[in-house]
Amino acid sequence: MTVKNPPATRSNLFGTLTRFREFGIIIFILILAFIVSLRAHYFLTFGNFRDILVDISILVIVSLAQTMVILTHGIDLSVGSSIGLVAMMVTYTIKANPSIPLVGVVLLGMALGAVLGTFNGLIIAVGKVPPIIATLGTLSIYRGMVFLYSRGYWISPYQLPNPFKMLSKGTPLGIPNIIIYAVIVAILVYYFLNYTRTGRDIYAVGSNPDAAQYVGIRKQRIIFLVYVLSGIAAGLAGVLWASRFESAETSTALGFELQTVAASIVGGVSISGGVGTVPGVLLGALALGMINNAVTLVRISPFWEQAAQGLLILVAVVSDTLIMRGVQRNKPK
Amino acid sequence: MNESPVPPTAGIQPVNLISASAPRRSFLAHFQRWEWMLVALVVIAIVINSRLTPYFLNGQNLSRTSADFMELGLMMLPMVFIIITGNIDLSVASNLGMCASLMAVLWNLHVNIWIAAGAGMAVGTLGGVLNGFLIARVKLPALVATLGTYAFFRGIAYVLLGDQAGRGYPPAFTYLGQGMLPGTLIPFSVGLFAVLAVVFGLILHRTTFGRYLFAIGNNENASIFAGVPVVRIKMIIYTVSGFMSALAGMVLAARFGSTRPDIGTGLELSVITAAVLGGVDILGGVGTMVGAVLSLVLIGLITFGMGLKNVQDQVQTIAIGGLLIVSILLASIARAISAGGLRINWRTAALAILFIIIFAAFFFFFYWSRAPVLKAVFGSA
Repeated sequence: MTVKNPPATRSNLFGTLTRFREFGIIIFILILAFIVSLRAHYFLTFGNFRDILVDISILVIVSLAQTMVILTHGIDLSVGSSIGLVAMMVTYTIKANPSIPLVGVVLLGMALGAVLGTFNGLIIAVGKVPPIIATLGTLSIYRGMVFLYSRGYWISPYQLPNPFKMLSKGTPLGIPNIIIYAVIVAILVYYFLNYTRTGRDIYAVGSNPDAAQYVGIRKQRIIFLVYVLSGIAAGLAGVLWASRFESAETSTALGFELQTVAASIVGGVSISGGVGTVPGVLLGALALGMINNAVTLVRISPFWEQAAQGLLILVAVVSDTLIMRGVQRNKPK
Repeated sequence: MNESPVPPTAGIQPVNLISASAPRRSFLAHFQRWEWMLVALVVIAIVINSRLTPYFLNGQNLSRTSADFMELGLMMLPMVFIIITGNIDLSVASNLGMCASLMAVLWNLHVNIWIAAGAGMAVGTLGGVLNGFLIARVKLPALVATLGTYAFFRGIAYVLLGDQAGRGYPPAFTYLGQGMLPGTLIPFSVGLFAVLAVVFGLILHRTTFGRYLFAIGNNENASIFAGVPVVRIKMIIYTVSGFMSALAGMVLAARFGSTRPDIGTGLELSVITAAVLGGVDILGGVGTMVGAVLSLVLIGLITFGMGLKNVQDQVQTIAIGGLLIVSILLASIARAISAGGLRINWRTAALAILFIIIFAAFFFFFYWSRAPVLKAVFGSA
């Protein structure tokens, strides 16, 4: 009896903890919604909620891929530049060949993104360059390639065909397509991470790389894979970005990598790998989206946006660390 | 030359075995004296640059160009400390922006420039203290903490200055970034950097504090048990990093003669590149100040050379990013070769060819998809 008791309490505590982590973000979102709705009544309307979802759709797609990378104790800082490069290359291709089918455009974007991700994956998994250095390098390489490719020009809305714009803006199912894409990606990633062997391997590599290797998981391959997946997601995001904003500039998605990391971390993904869930990341992205939306609605100067996001990251990470430490201290030995 | 440093008789006498096997260094091991490699690269860059243009070896040109890299250098000095302990500071450029913006706001409010600059320096140092507190006390991973402050500090810069700009600084202040040391062609900022580089180098290589930095980078837990004041040292280096970022902010604002909230955006990449290219191991525990300064010179020369060839700033980032990756990749490959872990079989060869084909296809598309557009542009013109 006495022997069995401690493990029971431990699992209980962990149960509360895992529930609490997402619970904390939900509480934050509710409080934010309450405060903002006092100042701006429009905030709690269906229309505004849809606007927020449209705003965070691309963020959700890339953040989920970023989450997979962070789960392996890595980071992909090059996603913003990848999005910019893919958006530029895809729109130029469409401009040169307007007859190209939409499916082809999407596949092309994902293929281009996959190549960029492959490059990251090779340097990191095979070349053993630390992920932060490798992707910091490719961040500037890919962004430089945007300039090299576009020669400083940009693609304006009138240069893009209507069907391409409708790719994200169309509402055949009653809600904008771009939300549906994000939902599909979220379901796919959820299924992949929870119900496939490779998905579980990603968690295993992140929580204990050596143990993962001993049980026969090919660590290198998993790490390579997550960067390719991240590249594919960035490629898809690049196409959707160009479609949604009807343009491609040299500064497209500049600094976006930070937001994807922020959404993951705020959503409870641990930067040291192995911990994180898809619903958490969705809530993290929602929290970021609501802050941006609220800053506009409450008519705070938009210059506060970045400071608020930075503060949110810090608060989320600090509270998460302190809670984890408290839990570990209370854990029965 | 160095292939067989082991005397042929070494294996015969067991007494010699130990002493003979200890200094057995392969030819590649000499590349691990990375500083010599950098010296060679610097010489090559100088030769190429002087071939590119007759104006390169012109005193005024050199002095103006060298001033362009001093903000980078000032932030690089504490970054070397931080990376040697196995940490990182992504927030340096944002901190620079925050300090410069605060100074600009105060100057726009007609505060005395030196009080404004002092306030900027104080806030930058506080920013460093915040980083140090989050990393040393709260024990956040340095990457996460400084990613957060990276956004936060830059955000503060935008909040402070918004769409305004600070300009019209008095000459006494712009001297920091534009002036020359009296009677010479050496810019003031270069002199400042040289003095500080020597100070930082001496601290790193000649003091207990410096040894502690290496100890923390090699094995943090062991250093804690050995009585190294790890928390205090981390606080100190991040605070110093904040202070130096602020100083760099003042120098940059003085050099530009104006301040906008996006001042210095993206510089953290160049700072880290300079340190890492200088042989400072990103995993901690290894690095020299001489190497870091040499790599700064090298980056300066390469950037200058590309500028002479009219390569756009934005495209130059490709070279800097590539340099960063290649410098670590080379070290990693050298390590693999000296460990004998580089086996090439048919499968790896096939995979390598596959990847080469993929990248070739990408680059083919990169140029080909742009070509019709080019034709259209030139056709209509």
